[in-house]
Amino acid sequence: MPEMTLIDAIRQGMDEELAHDPNVFIVGEDVGVRGGVFRATRGLFDKYGPQRVMDSPLAEASIIGVGIGAALYGMRPICEIQFADFIHPAFNQIINEAAKMCYRSNGDWTVPMVIRAPYGGGIGGGLYHSQSLEAFFTHTPGLKVVVPSNPADAKGLLKSAVRDPNPVLFFEPKKGYRLIKGEVPEGEYLVPIGKADVSREGTDVSVFAYGMMLYYTLQAAQKLAAEDISVEVVDLRTLYPVDRESILTSVRKTGKALVVYEDNLTGGYGAEIAAIIAEQAFTDLDAPVRRLAGPDVPAVPFSHPLQDWFMLNPDKIAAAIRDLASY
Amino acid sequence: MNINPEKHLDMYYQMVLIRRMEERAAELYQQGKIGGFLHLYIGQEAVSTGLIGARLPQDRVITAYRDHGVAVNCGLPVNAILAELLGKATGVSKGRGGSMHMADTSRNFWGGHAIVGSHLPLAAGLALGDQYANKDAVTICMFGDGATNIGYFHEALNLSKVWKLPLLWVCENNQYGMGTTVEHASAVSEIRQKAEGYGIPNERVDGMDIIAVYDASSKAIERVRSGEGPYLLEIMTYRFRGHSMGDPERYREQAEIKKWQEQDPIGIYHSYLLGKKIASSDELTGIEKRAEEDVKAAEAFAQTSPEPTPEELFMDIYVD
Repeated sequence: MPEMTLIDAIRQGMDEELAHDPNVFIVGEDVGVRGGVFRATRGLFDKYGPQRVMDSPLAEASIIGVGIGAALYGMRPICEIQFADFIHPAFNQIINEAAKMCYRSNGDWTVPMVIRAPYGGGIGGGLYHSQSLEAFFTHTPGLKVVVPSNPADAKGLLKSAVRDPNPVLFFEPKKGYRLIKGEVPEGEYLVPIGKADVSREGTDVSVFAYGMMLYYTLQAAQKLAAEDISVEVVDLRTLYPVDRESILTSVRKTGKALVVYEDNLTGGYGAEIAAIIAEQAFTDLDAPVRRLAGPDVPAVPFSHPLQDWFMLNPDKIAAAIRDLASY
Repeated sequence: MNINPEKHLDMYYQMVLIRRMEERAAELYQQGKIGGFLHLYIGQEAVSTGLIGARLPQDRVITAYRDHGVAVNCGLPVNAILAELLGKATGVSKGRGGSMHMADTSRNFWGGHAIVGSHLPLAAGLALGDQYANKDAVTICMFGDGATNIGYFHEALNLSKVWKLPLLWVCENNQYGMGTTVEHASAVSEIRQKAEGYGIPNERVDGMDIIAVYDASSKAIERVRSGEGPYLLEIMTYRFRGHSMGDPERYREQAEIKKWQEQDPIGIYHSYLLGKKIASSDELTGIEKRAEEDVKAAEAFAQTSPEPTPEELFMDIYVD
């Protein structure tokens, strides 16, 4: 299997889906001639033409709204939001239109659409180019929310998302675009939406994470192995609908659970995981469920020390695991 | 435009049917049988009847929340509409949607939409689908004057022109966004002027005169179909009732309402049909009777229909 970066795997997934189904098309700001601000769509415009890889006006609500309309029509749009931070103008379209279409029409209307959005901090992007926004959408039945943490999953999940008959939000950890590398199966490779993955087996502590934090958690687990702390790392991959069984299986095995997420602590996605464990695995726990997350500040600040203070990293995660292991 | 007598009588029937259906719905609302919010189309019947009368079967219709009349014009049965208003399992949306969310894609009616302006980008997406598939269909997107002040309107108009989409934008200007007049809410008094900013050809039409609406709509739809890109119609009209049931209407004078009621679109059409000797007075009375009876039967159907079952709550959240 060839090794490639996260972003190359995402591009390969889109390329294959464009080739696989003539109803698939990409729409977004600068996705065409320019190949996307992160180059996720590089080369696709030349290969598939302006009708399949469409440059849109700078208008996020319309990118998503048009995507929904086209999806109702029977097409399979991949809508790119340049930075997840820019998704808010389209919030209404996602929550009020995309998520409710199937329900309001008793299954008559479907919205087979993917919304790709690079998320997360650590790249010096500052307040409006660093946010993690998954919790807004994991609150909304009718949507699916996926966050890959490695290139193989990124390709396999993206292909599944394109073929899913429901609207899927696909949040990509942009700090990992070129940092995270891995082997990616060639050709048809689908990773099912709705299934978590045990990235590393362990016996002392279960850590639940996704996206960039999963990558950091694996580094932390590696470090702790030298200290004789055995960490099980569960990659949630699909945040909604979540794979409860995998979470409970792991926590029943280790008896200790840490949830790691980059977003603000309060009301963040990890709170739901903590609640699931507290409600359904209380008697299996040897310690209180812990959360390690971003601080409750409005956004990721720009200056390096401030950003570093906001962001989690392998050391901070290792410290939290060590602390929990010693409980 | 040449409209054959049969079509005339059918359009007259549709207008009367909408009027009678909504009058009955208002009564059911007052009796507490219809709950929630009910926005009546009474006074505006010529707009959607003339507009949708001019479409071909492949043309899509999408509108805002004042959608009962549009649903009738698109061919949804009154049975299912009244049942939906009563929240019954036999309704258009099996009781899940109620007043503002009628839809039936088998009749190319892509819905009532409750969030003002939110359906305009959706319309652009539907039109994009037809453009991509090389179909000769036109998407007809209706919205109120209030919707032209929200960002979606401007984004969608811009995009429709840039992409040259087969879209007919139709502003039903009933002169009030809920209780606020157009002058108080819009920087330009003629909504059609907003289309100028996007280089979209446009026209203002008298919406109380169904013949004027039909003629303008036919021309506009064919123009869009010919591949010249989007077009905007501003159709001037007036709602005889409040914004919704329970609107005290403190924002407008009785004299103004009266003045408009004297231009009742059904009365105008009635006189036209008699004057042009397209129908006799007896024929029109017969049509009115038929509409009344149809509404009565539909109400009986709706009233005796079952409520949805609790299991329905969890159905159709996702497609498998």
